[in-house]
Amino acid sequence: MITIIDYGLGNILAFVNLCKRIGIQTKVAHDAAELVGAERIVLPGVGAFDHAMELLQASGMQPTLEELVLDRKVPVLGVCVGMQILANASDEGVREGLGWIPGRVRALRSALPHNARLPLPHMGWNDVKPVNGPSLLEGFENEARFYFLHSYYFECASPEHVAGTCDYGVTFACMVRCGNIYGVQFHPEKSHRFGAGLLKTFSRV
Amino acid sequence: MLRPRIIPCLLVHNNGLVKSVRFKDYKYVGDPINAVKIFNEKEADELIVLDIDATAEGREPDFKMIAHLANECRMPLCYGGGVKTAEQAKQLVRLGVEKVAVSSAAIETPQLISRIAEEVGRQSCVVVLDYKHSKTGAYEVYTHNGTRATGRDAVAFARQLEALGAGEVLVNSIDNDGVMKGYDVPLARRLKESLDVPISVLGGAGTLDHVRELISACGVIGAAAGSMFVFKGSLKAVLINYPAENRKNEVFAATR
Repeated sequence: MITIIDYGLGNILAFVNLCKRIGIQTKVAHDAAELVGAERIVLPGVGAFDHAMELLQASGMQPTLEELVLDRKVPVLGVCVGMQILANASDEGVREGLGWIPGRVRALRSALPHNARLPLPHMGWNDVKPVNGPSLLEGFENEARFYFLHSYYFECASPEHVAGTCDYGVTFACMVRCGNIYGVQFHPEKSHRFGAGLLKTFSRV
Repeated sequence: MLRPRIIPCLLVHNNGLVKSVRFKDYKYVGDPINAVKIFNEKEADELIVLDIDATAEGREPDFKMIAHLANECRMPLCYGGGVKTAEQAKQLVRLGVEKVAVSSAAIETPQLISRIAEEVGRQSCVVVLDYKHSKTGAYEVYTHNGTRATGRDAVAFARQLEALGAGEVLVNSIDNDGVMKGYDVPLARRLKESLDVPISVLGGAGTLDHVRELISACGVIGAAAGSMFVFKGSLKAVLINYPAENRKNEVFAATR
C-alpha cells in the first residue's frame, strides 16, 4: 500500500491510476489523520518551491509526515518539486525546505555552460543512470528513461546521496536517496513502463 | 541524452475526434478515450488534445471530458481550447493536465501568459500559435480555427510571449494542416534559433521521414502530428497508430 499525499499539488490521480494498473494498492491522504499508519509515502509536487512548502505546512500534515519518515523510517518518495523540497533551500524561493537530504536546489540555467544554448525548461524524455547502486532502477538499470519537466535541480551536499544522474548540458542528480528517503526529479507517473518499474521497486523497498 | 518528442495531436469536435485539412473538411476519426488508450499502449512521448469548439462557441473548457481524458492518459498531457483565465489553468492542472495550452485568449491579452505561468508554473504554460505563410514571406498568426487574422508575426509574437512566461511554444501551420507533405522546416528553424524555451511544431507530417527531416534540421524539438497518427495508407483509412520504439530510435539517430 502506497499513501499519496494530497496537499494541493501534483497529479495525484496519475499515481493512483498507475499503481492500480500494476497491482499496488493506494490511499490518498488529505490530512494528518489519513496519513497515520502509512507504509510507503509518495510526496508529489509541481510548480514553485515556496508554494509547495506553504501548501505542505498549511495542510497540517508536516509533523505527522516528519514523525513517520524521520522517526519510524517509513520509505518516502518525493517527485519533482516533492523531491526538491527534501533539500534545505532553493534558489527559486526564500522558504526553508524539509532538509531531509542535505543540499540546495539550483537553477539549471546557472549550471549550464554559457555556450550551451539549451532550451529551458528541460522538457521531455531523457536517460537516467544509476549511481551508488541500482536503487529504484533495479531491473532496468541499463535502459532507464523518464519524462522531465523542470528548470531547477537538486544539488546534493554529499555525493553519497546521489542515486541517479541525467545529462542536459551538465550532469545533475535527478535521483537522490538518504536511507528511507528517496527523491526523483522526473515524473514516474507519466513515464510508461519505466515509471511503473520504479514504483514497483519502491513498493517493495 | 534528451530526445526529440513525437507527439500525437487530437482534435475534439462535437465530443468526437476529428481530423481536418487546412482547418476545414473535418472528418470523424473516432472516440477520444479510445485513442488515449491506444497511445498509452504504444507509449507515446506526450499527447496534445485540442478542443476546437470551445473558443469558437465562446465557452469554457469541458472540464468533465478533460478529467476523463486525464484520468486515462498515462503520458504527459497538454490540453488546449477555451482557456481564458489563470483559474481555469489551475483547475486543469488539478485535473491531471501537465500542460495548459493557450491561444486566442493570450493573443488578445498577452499578460494572461504571465498570470498562468505564475499560477501553474512556467513549465505548464504552453502557447499555441496557428499561422499562415503569406506570399510575401510573412508568418501571420490566426485565431478562431484559422478564421481571424491578427496581423501579428509568429516569430516576434512567440518571443514576446516567451518573455511574458510561456514555457513552450507550439506553432501550427494552417496551410500544411492535414496535407501530409512535410513540416514547415524553415519556420521551425527560425523559431528554434529565436527562442530559449522548447518548441513544438504541428502541421504537415505525413510520414516518419518528415519527422526525421524536421529533427535533422532543428535537433531536439517536439514533432507533433495529427493525420499521421490517425490515418493509414493513401486512402486515409482511419487507424490510430504510433511508431514502435525501434522506429523512433532510427528517426532520433538523425539528431546526433
